[in-house]
Amino acid sequence: MAEVIMPKMGDSMEVGKLLSWRKQNGEQVKSGDIIAEIETDKSNVEIEAEEDGVLQTSVEAGAEVPVGATIATIGGASVATNGTAKSQSSSNGHSAAAVAIPAHDVVAPKPAAVSAAPTKDWGPTVNVKYSHAIRMALEEELNADPSVFLLGEEIGQYQGTFKITEGFLQTYGPDRIVDTPISEAGMVGLTVGAAMLGLRPVLEFMTFNFALVAWDQIINHAAKILYMSGGQFSVPCVLRGPGGVGTQLSAQHSQDLIHWYANTPGLKVVAPATPADAKGLLKAAIRDNNPVIFMEHAKLYGTKGDVPESTDFVIPIGVAEVKRSGKDVTIVTYSRGVVLSLAAAEELAKEGIDVEVIDLRSLQPFDIDTVIKSIQKTHRAVVVQEQWEAYGVAAEFSAQIMEKAFDYLDAPVARVAGAFVPMPYAKALEDIATPHEGDIIAAVKKTLERSI
Amino acid sequence: MAAATKVKAEEASSQGTDADEVINKLSLGNDELLHIYQVMLNVRHFEEQCNRAFRSDKVGGYLHLYIGQEAVSLGVLDVCKPGDQVLSSYRDHAHCIVLGSDPNKVMAEIFGKSTGVSRGKGGSMHLFDKAHGFAGGYGIVGGNVPLSVGLGWALKYNKTDNICVCYIGDGAMNNGAFHESLNMAALYKLPILYVLENNGYAMGTSVERSHANIDLGSRADSYNIPHRKVDGQDYFAVRGAVEEVVGEMRKNPYPYFLDVITYRYSGHGAADGAATQATYRTNEEIERWKQRDPLIVLSNVLRGKGLLDDELNSEMDAKAIELAKAAYDYADHSPVCEPSELYEDVYAD
Ligand SMILES: Cc1ncc(C[n+]2csc(CCOP(=O)(O)OP(=O)(O)O)c2C)c(N)n1
Ligand SMILES: [Mg+2]
Repeated sequence: MAEVIMPKMGDSMEVGKLLSWRKQNGEQVKSGDIIAEIETDKSNVEIEAEEDGVLQTSVEAGAEVPVGATIATIGGASVATNGTAKSQSSSNGHSAAAVAIPAHDVVAPKPAAVSAAPTKDWGPTVNVKYSHAIRMALEEELNADPSVFLLGEEIGQYQGTFKITEGFLQTYGPDRIVDTPISEAGMVGLTVGAAMLGLRPVLEFMTFNFALVAWDQIINHAAKILYMSGGQFSVPCVLRGPGGVGTQLSAQHSQDLIHWYANTPGLKVVAPATPADAKGLLKAAIRDNNPVIFMEHAKLYGTKGDVPESTDFVIPIGVAEVKRSGKDVTIVTYSRGVVLSLAAAEELAKEGIDVEVIDLRSLQPFDIDTVIKSIQKTHRAVVVQEQWEAYGVAAEFSAQIMEKAFDYLDAPVARVAGAFVPMPYAKALEDIATPHEGDIIAAVKKTLERSI
Repeated sequence: MAAATKVKAEEASSQGTDADEVINKLSLGNDELLHIYQVMLNVRHFEEQCNRAFRSDKVGGYLHLYIGQEAVSLGVLDVCKPGDQVLSSYRDHAHCIVLGSDPNKVMAEIFGKSTGVSRGKGGSMHLFDKAHGFAGGYGIVGGNVPLSVGLGWALKYNKTDNICVCYIGDGAMNNGAFHESLNMAALYKLPILYVLENNGYAMGTSVERSHANIDLGSRADSYNIPHRKVDGQDYFAVRGAVEEVVGEMRKNPYPYFLDVITYRYSGHGAADGAATQATYRTNEEIERWKQRDPLIVLSNVLRGKGLLDDELNSEMDAKAIELAKAAYDYADHSPVCEPSELYEDVYAD
């Protein structure tokens, strides 16, 4: 008997929707027959039978099913029908991960926790995915400002690697939705040059790993032209795309290099954690007169949250937000670190530990005041980042906190970071190389052990 | 788009070399010919098995299949000798296996096990096998091309008669470093064979939509590098073209550029479904290219010579399936990496 499972179609996928059964429950199928169609972030995919036998479906059409869970079995008619879902444990600390690692024990983001944002006067909202919120911002700014145009690999005819720009080419035409060759340095050059003459280009990196090919244009050109020209040429543009660590993408495709950009004067650096922030900050980035690095996270693309419908919804760059208030320890983080930290905070709350989670949202400029204010209340801080520890975001915030809130601290600032290695492919190693909820929990507890 | 690629398919078939001419010139014996076919079958079934493994959640991350392009790996790499160095992209399984790597260890790498060729550190996109002259698969499009200059340099510096073979995709030619590298390769007269696997597309972008000059081989002219277009579905066409130039490259080092016209049957990545592919190519186009499946083209030659009949064909096919299954089982049963391996090989001693 063969189990048919929800396949993982790409790094960002954590659940798939079973669109339709092409073969009915109880029907005899042959190896190679198309038995179902599923919808993923990237595209719709047909599932083939791998064996001959009788199909026993275990989920209904329309259901959202986690990757790796059984959707059907193929075997003799008399065989038990209820396929058991593979373990989908959503949290794993270091030690647990190191012992037994199921092939795809993905640390699932907890979207529910994210949308539990403080209530705000946002007007009407829609509940959408993070990736859709980015699309909303792009669409609204394309509509509002004719100087805005998009460029990138596969954003047009292919409809976008992550479907963010689906349909845009048809709506806005090839002058405003520009498919480029795989020429990142040239693409950034085009972006910067066009911005120098007043256009507002928004470039999509298929992933931020490929921005490295264009680093000279970004660091030595985009960031410096305003200054070098004595203020004559501003460079209003956005370089956006998914960054951060993925799942088993190996060393060249899985890394958080955001601190490199934040270390460079002239660049603004933004990294939203929620759909609403993604929309509001991207709109701010497009309207900003500086080059803005807008780093999304592929693992957040599928997370959902309420997003204001208003086309005036703009979140200022450089303002942090308290995503959860608490009194015992302050966690400072950004992007996917927010999701992990909120999940950790929920766990800690069960033990009576009350954690405040600050989402920096922007890393350059950054909002140290919100951080300091929090530490004056909690007296303890943990900084969470996906990147390597040395010289990273946590290093900067540790120093900032030390300089500006030394007298308020009851314990040294703790850092949660990725292991100092190129990202290994093997799941067993990747799990211990990347920060998890368990690491955050341990770090919070460690800072609580210390007192003065 | 479809029309333009159709022209290419026909152009490719008309490039077909007379197989007998190559076979006679190289005096390839019957056993050798059957062996070539067996390896090609092995590579095909290995990839099919990878695809199944991906779908049953045994493979993480990305998986890029080579199905359709097999003759480009065999036709070139069968000419390599010990000491030659080969560079590939993320679509690298075939190159590694054809060079002689143990398919079990290649599959184990794809499963992320410590028994893998890169000890589980690299995965599908980053196979490495130094002992077999495989200097790696790389994930950044065009990232391997500058490396070829260094490998070629070292081979020449050390006064070997070895060459570097650098596989590149049509999309990779639009990375600026490609141009720097070709210029330097010619400037320093380095023994590098650039093999353009011109499969018509970079993900969903056709050559026509991304190159101002679609005669990709002619770009080598700018750097004074001789080049030639070859039918990549025909093993003998590829092999014949490579044999003609490699001897001279070994004696008098200089780069050469092969524009190999080929086609990938599967999606760009194993995760790409029919809907994604429909944005850039038609089923008719895929079917047309399947008429020129490298396995069919090669087996027709063997059948014509009376070396292969249906019975032997299914025997050989079964053997390849067996090998692929054995590789799967080996990988599946290999132990996962130990935590202590995490910090190994970050720095050399
Ligand atoms: C610098 C860079 N940009 C973008 C990508 C994403 N990407 C991976 S493969 C690919 C297409 C490459 O096409 P081609 O060179 O023709 O090789 P093929 O896939 O056809 O073998 C792209 C855009 C990447 N890996 N590296
Ligand atoms: Mg290609």
